[in-house]
Amino acid sequence: MKKIEAIIKPFKLDDVKKALSDIGITGMTVTEVKGHGRQKGHKEIYRGAEYQVDFLPKIKIEIIVETSMVDPVVGKIIESARTGKIGDGKIFVLPVEEVIRVRTGESGKDAI
Amino acid sequence: MPPIDRADTAFVLVSAALVMIMTPGLAVFYAGMVRTKNVLGTIMQSFILIGVISLEWVYLGYTMSFGPDVAGVIGDLSWFGLNGVTTAPHEAYGPTIPHLVFAVFQCMFAVITPALITGAFAERMRFGPFLVFSVLWAVLVYNPVCHWVWATGGWLKELGVIDFAGGLVVHLACGAAALAAVTVVRPRKGYGSENFIPHNLPMTLIGTGLLWFGWFGFNGGSALAADGIAGGAFVATHLGGMAGLVTWVVVEWYHRGKPTTLGAASGAVAGLATVTPASGFVTPNAAVAIGCLAGLVCYACVASKQRIGYDDSLDVVGIHGVGGVVGTLLVGVFATKAVNPAGADGLLAGNPSLLVSQAIGVVAVGLFVFCTSWVLLKVIDRLYGLRVPEDIELQGLDLGEHSETAYSA
Repeated sequence: MKKIEAIIKPFKLDDVKKALSDIGITGMTVTEVKGHGRQKGHKEIYRGAEYQVDFLPKIKIEIIVETSMVDPVVGKIIESARTGKIGDGKIFVLPVEEVIRVRTGESGKDAI
Repeated sequence: MPPIDRADTAFVLVSAALVMIMTPGLAVFYAGMVRTKNVLGTIMQSFILIGVISLEWVYLGYTMSFGPDVAGVIGDLSWFGLNGVTTAPHEAYGPTIPHLVFAVFQCMFAVITPALITGAFAERMRFGPFLVFSVLWAVLVYNPVCHWVWATGGWLKELGVIDFAGGLVVHLACGAAALAAVTVVRPRKGYGSENFIPHNLPMTLIGTGLLWFGWFGFNGGSALAADGIAGGAFVATHLGGMAGLVTWVVVEWYHRGKPTTLGAASGAVAGLATVTPASGFVTPNAAVAIGCLAGLVCYACVASKQRIGYDDSLDVVGIHGVGGVVGTLLVGVFATKAVNPAGADGLLAGNPSLLVSQAIGVVAVGLFVFCTSWVLLKVIDRLYGLRVPEDIELQGLDLGEHSETAYSA
């Protein structure tokens, strides 16, 4: 099992969610986060003074999948979250030791 | 003695209520510009003064400001506890309204003036020492200045200085005190390296709306009668505010490339503050000119603030102080007896001497307020310490000084 963490532009969340549900991924955890990579920040103006704001609002999506699903999920995220402009985000794939469903106590892939 | 006029009385009572709403309006105007951790601390510094200064006004403020004159500098204490201030009119202070109505109308001015100063030292002042400062400032600074300019026998009034609704008494006074405060209270931790970005500009815009709304009572009510002078002041107020708003936005758009919401709010307040001393003495076209100049000059002052190194957090000096000076001097240019026979003729009406006396008023009030406020702040700092400890400053005033937060997680 793997955990896929994707940092995307906030306005792309609906597109990503829809693309993933098309391949049967319905569960995910979404967090509003702030950060920057190569994009750096942006400029804001208050009372005639310019301020450099480094951290931009982003969305972090976390999904747990069977290993065989990693490639299609990553492909769908890239396809749906890409704008081609700097700041589109990143995807991280991490190993997961165990998954347990709280309600039933099931574990492993049955609990995904 | 003319009898009480019911229309005048109703108008001044409503005006007093309008000026009252300006202090909570100012509280949210300021609160929107601070960070989330200092919202309640900032609101409280304005809101508490509605209580504390009103109390001071009943026992000391009104009699020191408007009581029988002593040597042109202060009122005596014979009106302590509003003794003798009754429903009968006072011949000099609104001859057609109850004396008590004038006293409560003026009370609202005394409340908002120290509240305006709080923008200068926002996000870093201890609450207790702030209260001590505000009360002493009201007694030792506001009351004398109010007496000099507005009371029968006040030396600036006798000199011919005119201030319709508080260019000197309110705006220059709070601005000069703010300047003293930023020289005594060092900049916020991280000033110049971190971004202090307003946490909620819609809140600031609601505050601007409340201030603008209240300002009609502030200036219009200063006529102390529901008459043509009040109408002229009402119109001049609106025109000054709108001209300041438009000018600031246009200048900022040209200078920084974007028209900003905070710029619109700041320009409106700058225009309203600047037209205040002139509102009952000038024509509508003069009010527009005053508002435009306010937007231009106040923008230039605020935008160049960062080069000076003082942390006037919410620009009290650049907007109210500068607006008070510019407006008071422009009275000397634009005032005309054609608008208000009880006023004076200025430069454009062929009388250069008014500009001279207005300038004397600016220097006298500016110097007195700056010096007295500076000494007061230094003494209170030595006795109690004005500034919150560093850990409280990092944590925020809301939790550190008041044990509550504006926004739950």
